[in-house]
Amino acid sequence: MENWPILSLVTFLPLVGALFILGIRGEPDVVARNARYVALWTSLATFVMSLFIWFNFERGTAEFQFVEQATWFPGYNIDYKMGVDGISMLFVMLSTLLTPLCVVASWDAIKVRVKEYMIAFLVLETLMVGMFCAQDFVLFYFFYEGVLIPMFLIIGIWGGERRVYSAFKFFLFTLAGSVLLFLALLAMYFEVGTTDIQAMTAYGFPASMQTWLWLAMFASFAVKVPMWPVHTWLPDAHVEAPTAGSVILAGVLLKMGGYGFIRFSLPMLPLASEFFTPLMFTLSVMAIIYTSLVALAQEDMKKLIAYSSVAHMGLVTLGTFTLTQQGLEGAIFQMLSHGVVSAALFLIVGVIYDRLHTRLIARYDGLVSRMPAYSLMFMIFMLASVGLPGTSGFVGEFLVLVGIFQVNTWAALLATGGMILGAAYMLYLYRRVIFGVMTKPDLKAILDLSPREVLVFAPLLALVFWMGIYPMSFLDVISASVADIVESHRVALLQAPGHNVASLFSLGQ
Amino acid sequence: MTMISLDLMTALPELTLACLAMALLMLGVFRGKDSAAAILGLSVASLVIVFFLVSLGGNTTVNAFGGLFILDRYGAFMKGLVLLGAIVTLVMSRRYCEEERMQRFEYPVLTLFATLGMLMMVSANDLISLYVGLELQSLSLYVIAAIRRSNLRSSEAGLKYFVLGALSSGMLLYGCSMIYGFAGTTSFPALAEVLATTSHGEVPPFGLIIGLVFLIAGLAFKISAVPFHMWTPDVYEGAPTPVTAFFATAPKVAAIALLMRVMMGPFGDLVEQWQQIVVAVSIASMIVGAFAAIAQTNIKRLMAYSSIGHIGFALIGLAAGTEEGIRGVIFYMAIYIVMNLGTFGCILCMRRTGVMLERIEDLKGLSKTNPMMALPLMIFMFSMAGIPPLAGFLGKFYVFMAAIEAGLYALAVIGVLTSVVGAFYYLRIVKFMYFDDAGEPFDSPIGSDMSLVLIASSAIILFLFAVPGTILDAAAAAAASLLAG
Repeated sequence: MENWPILSLVTFLPLVGALFILGIRGEPDVVARNARYVALWTSLATFVMSLFIWFNFERGTAEFQFVEQATWFPGYNIDYKMGVDGISMLFVMLSTLLTPLCVVASWDAIKVRVKEYMIAFLVLETLMVGMFCAQDFVLFYFFYEGVLIPMFLIIGIWGGERRVYSAFKFFLFTLAGSVLLFLALLAMYFEVGTTDIQAMTAYGFPASMQTWLWLAMFASFAVKVPMWPVHTWLPDAHVEAPTAGSVILAGVLLKMGGYGFIRFSLPMLPLASEFFTPLMFTLSVMAIIYTSLVALAQEDMKKLIAYSSVAHMGLVTLGTFTLTQQGLEGAIFQMLSHGVVSAALFLIVGVIYDRLHTRLIARYDGLVSRMPAYSLMFMIFMLASVGLPGTSGFVGEFLVLVGIFQVNTWAALLATGGMILGAAYMLYLYRRVIFGVMTKPDLKAILDLSPREVLVFAPLLALVFWMGIYPMSFLDVISASVADIVESHRVALLQAPGHNVASLFSLGQ
Repeated sequence: MTMISLDLMTALPELTLACLAMALLMLGVFRGKDSAAAILGLSVASLVIVFFLVSLGGNTTVNAFGGLFILDRYGAFMKGLVLLGAIVTLVMSRRYCEEERMQRFEYPVLTLFATLGMLMMVSANDLISLYVGLELQSLSLYVIAAIRRSNLRSSEAGLKYFVLGALSSGMLLYGCSMIYGFAGTTSFPALAEVLATTSHGEVPPFGLIIGLVFLIAGLAFKISAVPFHMWTPDVYEGAPTPVTAFFATAPKVAAIALLMRVMMGPFGDLVEQWQQIVVAVSIASMIVGAFAAIAQTNIKRLMAYSSIGHIGFALIGLAAGTEEGIRGVIFYMAIYIVMNLGTFGCILCMRRTGVMLERIEDLKGLSKTNPMMALPLMIFMFSMAGIPPLAGFLGKFYVFMAAIEAGLYALAVIGVLTSVVGAFYYLRIVKFMYFDDAGEPFDSPIGSDMSLVLIASSAIILFLFAVPGTILDAAAAAAASLLAG
């Protein structure tokens, strides 16, 4: 398998499965069952293939690996180029891991239009994996924006009551940001003459151009992350999306924003990144504190977790723009950890939603007496989200805080304060739902986790502890690429001719 | 070969089409009403023959008839698009004609004449031949719009189109006469020469600029660019649906082709003078197309505003005034025509118990009742909204690329933002089809010819991203030949 185009295989295998499902004909029940199985086997096969990337990935180098290249737009220097480095490889793994879990989690929950649902998820997987593998800006943009279509349909068709509003809000918010990224991409293309990401990173854009490009990229990535104050689409989308939709949304799609900052904004536009660091710090700290407070007041479990996602992603942007080794490693680790933990938390909510068809916190109490296994699972993921040492959440938060303390103690102080609020709203949620005496009559007959549900949680549980107890297996992958970014950023700042704030203020000269 | 036979060979597709159209007209007159279906079929066959002839020519640039007529790669490519639009709309109209009792042999014959006019427009190399081609097209279109004369809306559409169209033709003619008066020639190459000598440093005669403005205004009417768009929604709504499909595709391509030839050829040296007009028209078209479409309830009116918006996007490429820009517009129009043909194919299938439907709400729950019709329509809608990886995005990609290269940043920013607004109403159609509960199903089957159109067009839109070079190379060669001549 040495010379196989492994990244393309992993990217497009789900699409093959989707085409296969499209061809299924027959009785509705048979079609639904076959669609589920095809989706499950395809996504599992994809995951197994992606393990090949994990095992063959050479640690300790910032080089791109498994690189594939083919001409795409002849004569334009826009190529089909795939490759992974330490930053993107783990996100590929995250995407391929979460998709089969989503398929299993939707096994019984999705009853209508199963065929279309499974097609949408497999297409989504192709787009997610492709986006993290893309080494050409145009190719990246194709995947990045293409994600909107299946996600729009997933929220809109299989969502809750206000699904139409949420789907539109999700689509239009994200699109509005992305089109500016598109213009930035074109402007950079004319400056460099190619859309190869490595060539663009090495190019060194003039200072006057960087400001505008950075703002255009910011418009897109900040919506995707989402950063305060453009986060408002996220709670709506999460609440209305089906459980698996929320899992992918929180687990992978939000990471596209953070990934964008790390892959594009920082290395390509170092001067502007330096210039806008205070802005990023302010917005991140705002996000951490404000959305934590908002989360405290939520009545809807999914909405609460959605706001906690905004807060956690605030920590990611904070860590990213510290531009220190620890801060960046922490940001990436936090994204991976959040991908696992928030995905698990949405699945946790999905479990009781499937039973009672409500997500209102007030409708539950004392679940521990009927659902001990569920309560244990909930507790572990809840504590991982809070950042208990020994769980994955701790490592990410700790590294980010180490990074930010070196740069800005005030931001560190405020971020820590926000994390205490994080513990408050999660524990408060847990107390209301799990503890106390069970008084609601319709809860009396509620069932504990089924074997299928345990099967979904098991890999996530294992990951939470693996990442928390032995983070080296992941940091090994990340650190070389991060060191490269930090170093080239430092060099770029030193080399910048007459680099000062004034050169950045002369906008668009 | 003698001079005259060379000329005839150059215009062979046009001459063939003229002869065939007249022959079919005679056939229709002598055989009477029963021949309508046969003539429709023969018309499609004639257009296919002409398409074949067009695809043979154009490898080298040839002038004919004393410079009135030009044949080049650009012309051949645009004619191919025009013929594609005409062929597919005629094919799609077969069932409509049968079921809506529109079996009149005049309809296909007039379509042939209109197409002939469009071919002339694309190949016009002189203000006189420009006007002849344009009028042949327009007069035929006025009549087709009102072909269902017993239908009040159809006649109203025809009348409106005629009155406003005549006004625009008047403006165009006035502009041509001003240009002739100040430049002393109507031939495009000669005009280019005159303007090349004056434009270096000195301002061209003021009257000539006024003439140019009138010329642009007249052509802007034909491509329904804002502020000359008011006829479009009414005519699109009132005309029989296959005719609307025709209006939205072939004449648009022909008029854009003509506009580009005029702007980049004789007036290529006056870019600075006309660029601001095109930029303004482009911005206005994009904004009106995006915002006015939001409140529409009739899908044909919606498509009218959609086409106004798309013309606005295409004009971005022209505003750049570069070869890249022209290439972008050609590519955009090629994709636009495929998307529109497919969408109108779906609209023509909106038929319940034999009655044609036009309200957007009628699409409710289509994904459940007719999934294989909803899927292509969804693909077209996302493509029109410009979401990758669909072809509509590729079209936008190249026009915006040209705009950024030419430094038209403000235009590009306004363009992408209006495309977000536009995405809203395209998504609304997807919402009706996929998110809402099902209504009554549409009549099915839709017929093998219609299925073929839908499958082919949606496959092109869906998979063009994998092989963008196929159309792009042709568009690039066409753009190069336009600027070389």
